[in-house]
Amino acid sequence: MNPQTAILLSLGIPLSGALLIALFGRQPNLREGVTLTTAALLFGTVITLVPGVMDGARPTVTLIEMLPGLPLRFEVEPLGMMFALVASGLWIVNSIYSIGYMRANKEAHQTRFYVCFAIALASTLGIAFAGNMLTLFVFYEALTLSTYPLVTHKGDAAAKQGGRTYLGILLFTSIGLQLLAILWTWQVAGTLDFIPGGILAGKVSGPVVGVLLLLYMYGIGKAALMPFHRWLPAAMVAPTPVSALLHAVAVVKAGVFTVMKVVVYIFGIDLLAESGQNLWLMYLAAASLLIASLVALTKDNLKARLAYSTVSQLAYVVLGAALATSWGVIGGSMHIAMHAMGKITLFFCAGAIYTAAHKTEVSELSGLGRVMPFTFGAFLIGALSIIGLPPFGGLWGKWYLALGALEAGQIAMVAVLMISSLLNIAYLMPIPIKGFFGKSPDHTEGGNPGPVAIKEAPLPCLIAIGITAFGCLVLFFFPDPLYRLLRPLGF
Amino acid sequence: MIAAHLPALQIVVPLVSAPLCLLLRRGGLAWALALIASWAALACAVLLLQQVIATGPISYHLGGWAPPWGIEYRIDAVNGFVLVIVAAIGAAVMPYARESVAREVPEEQHATFYTALLLCLTGLLGVTITGDAFNLFVFLEISSLSSYVLIALGRDRRALTAAFQYLVMGTIGATFIVIGVGLLYMVTGTLNMLDLAERLPPMAESRTVVAAFAFLTVGAGLKLALFPLHFWLPNAYAYAPSVVTAFLAATATKVSVYILLRFFFTVFGTTYSFELVTLENLLIPLGVIAILVCSTVAIFQTNVKRMLAYSSIAQVGYMVLGIGFASTAGLTATIVHLFNHAMTKGGLFLALGCVVLRLGSAQLESLEGLGRRMPLTMFAFVLGGLSLIGVPLTVGFISKWVLVQAALERGNWFVAAVILLGSLLAIVYIWRVVEVAYFRPAPEGDAAAPIAEAPLSMLIPTWVLIGATIYFGIDTSLTLGVAERAAQHLLGGGA
Repeated sequence: MNPQTAILLSLGIPLSGALLIALFGRQPNLREGVTLTTAALLFGTVITLVPGVMDGARPTVTLIEMLPGLPLRFEVEPLGMMFALVASGLWIVNSIYSIGYMRANKEAHQTRFYVCFAIALASTLGIAFAGNMLTLFVFYEALTLSTYPLVTHKGDAAAKQGGRTYLGILLFTSIGLQLLAILWTWQVAGTLDFIPGGILAGKVSGPVVGVLLLLYMYGIGKAALMPFHRWLPAAMVAPTPVSALLHAVAVVKAGVFTVMKVVVYIFGIDLLAESGQNLWLMYLAAASLLIASLVALTKDNLKARLAYSTVSQLAYVVLGAALATSWGVIGGSMHIAMHAMGKITLFFCAGAIYTAAHKTEVSELSGLGRVMPFTFGAFLIGALSIIGLPPFGGLWGKWYLALGALEAGQIAMVAVLMISSLLNIAYLMPIPIKGFFGKSPDHTEGGNPGPVAIKEAPLPCLIAIGITAFGCLVLFFFPDPLYRLLRPLGF
Repeated sequence: MIAAHLPALQIVVPLVSAPLCLLLRRGGLAWALALIASWAALACAVLLLQQVIATGPISYHLGGWAPPWGIEYRIDAVNGFVLVIVAAIGAAVMPYARESVAREVPEEQHATFYTALLLCLTGLLGVTITGDAFNLFVFLEISSLSSYVLIALGRDRRALTAAFQYLVMGTIGATFIVIGVGLLYMVTGTLNMLDLAERLPPMAESRTVVAAFAFLTVGAGLKLALFPLHFWLPNAYAYAPSVVTAFLAATATKVSVYILLRFFFTVFGTTYSFELVTLENLLIPLGVIAILVCSTVAIFQTNVKRMLAYSSIAQVGYMVLGIGFASTAGLTATIVHLFNHAMTKGGLFLALGCVVLRLGSAQLESLEGLGRRMPLTMFAFVLGGLSLIGVPLTVGFISKWVLVQAALERGNWFVAAVILLGSLLAIVYIWRVVEVAYFRPAPEGDAAAPIAEAPLSMLIPTWVLIGATIYFGIDTSLTLGVAERAAQHLLGGGA
């Protein structure tokens, strides 16, 4: 398959999948079959692009000219390649999980759910392969809108409220700030193409760089940089598979991916480093990182705690970009993949706990680990990976980020990363510990916890959890392909 | 042979069909004739625009009388484009009208209705096509008088007061325009716009010319519903029959914008309008206020038709901003927004008309649970709403992009921010409707009798316009291309 076709198919497959899912809405088995086939085909197609991109090829496709001089254009480069791989690969796992979850919880409107999911994935792939900022913006907004029906899936008052916050913040930041930044860039640079080294060098300087950077960073609301993070906890009203793939992977990663794209290909790290305007972004990211971790400590609702943990982890990536050094950029990008694998595992586990035991609060989980050993074991793996302990993949993201901080001479940032790891331990570890060693509520004081019957979530959920937990392990031992893919970003 | 007389046919076909409709008396026949006439008008308009793009401006001497004695029809890229907009909306609305009018207008008045609608179409096309200042006034009166009738045909009795209010304001506006034209005739001795353009510059200092300029601006501003001259519009749109609202919202204000463009740039000339009179000091603040105030007012409306009406006044603000910039980019934005907003607002009002057909009301509360009961209609409304917000892949995004670009080109950051803020306000008022339609359960009593979709004859025109808002939001080569040509032509270069 030639790379141009593969790029177009990457958008075409999920879109036609959405159409077929809608057609087969009345036959659930066939419909889910379509979802799985679509996901597998998509991943297969994305994979075919990898060897070329590894060898330095940058296949491009130009569609229609949307505005004079500004076509809808796609170009595959390492960062987008990685993002597309992560999103499409995890979609397969997530689809398996969704089938178990949605059926076990007897959710309504499942056809709409799968249709929107497929459209959201097409938008994500559009973001990953976007060849200029306009194309990226188009799919960025498409992703916001296609996920709105997923967030408000339950259709009750809480869902409406959550949806309002979700859409309000994401559209406000993107139209009010990001679009202005894009228009400004177009005005001064005369192009919106993603070019290594940036397009703004020599066009803007001094504090103006800072203002434009501010517009971009707060305009990319999906990156959830505080104080525009409220939409992410609000989106947790969605069914867990949505939280898992979209609000731990596709949507939030689209945000930090855009941050990386803007820093690397619009500003260029040299321009940022020379102007010194990256420093304040670094401090903001560090603050967001620590504050979100502290907030996570206070949350008793499991999904809310994970959401704040995501806010904090996203700030790592922004921090990596803000360091404006080669290692920082590579570390931030790597963290996108590593965190995706860890966090989706955690969300899968949260959903499994909800499905099997109908528990949503951390304080209710005492002793549940003995009832659901597999789920809690996977949770432990995911948590260790997020914290950044070997032998799990999360280590590598933090490792390169710390290298980047040293390269930039920012010892304070290294300290921030370490403190944050400690905070991660503080808010994640109590969950498996409580699960395995806490007292079950139905046990009387003093009595030894006796053997309990094992009651896990449906099999498809467990398969999905197993795959991603194993993935965390694999990424520790084989980070090399990922590193080789991302290396051109920094050097 | 026929091709040479296209400019005349453009007007004659609907003009002659109008009284025939009245003679046919039966509503169905009148509708069929009106449908044919409106489609013929669209064909004429498209052919004319093609011809203009290929060979440059067309000058047609009505009855063979050479200007300045006879009336000249003069078509260039600007009014060629506006002709297509008006005729396209006419052609889309006409098939829709049958079912909607059957429900909203008493049977015995159907023939009158189609007569008035065709006359209104004729008037708007006439205003656009003519190159004669007095002829413009005549056609403007034809369209205005017929639109008073159309509004008064609304079922609600408040339609009568709305029509009366519009009649008073519209007549003041028309009078101002005729006074302006009269003053110009007094000092120059000609009514032909090109002649006027030649003779005006030497007498630019004359107070009579300044007075004429002021009268024309205010007069056109009244017809345009330019803030703060907009008070007639919300009532007129809210109580008129749905078809009329959709037709007027998509065409009447557009033609008024065209009148402003024609007088400011062709007749008086850019130098006069923007260097001697410094019009931008008037237009830009008014545009900004219109966007902010009317978008905010729209948020608090309980009737969806009224809400969209206030949104229309805000949209006029965007168009006026583009005129105020007086640059190629600004005018391109205004002209392309004429088209884009016509498609968007036309589509929205048609979708709303489908709702009114089934529910008999456009009150926000009555839309509860409608997302389930009329999925196609409500989805069309949501897409139209997204275009109003300016989401990418819709025409609204294109308009905003070009307009903000024009503002930034002038270094006017404040206005750029206002335009984007207007989008954000639009999110609020559109999403109020979305939440009611999709998140509230259908009222108990009606749940037993689920309301079906609107008939295809109404859904198809709605979706044609909504489809156009998507299509022209992706492929802009036609709309932006013509708009840019028109802008260059107005500023005195190219065709």
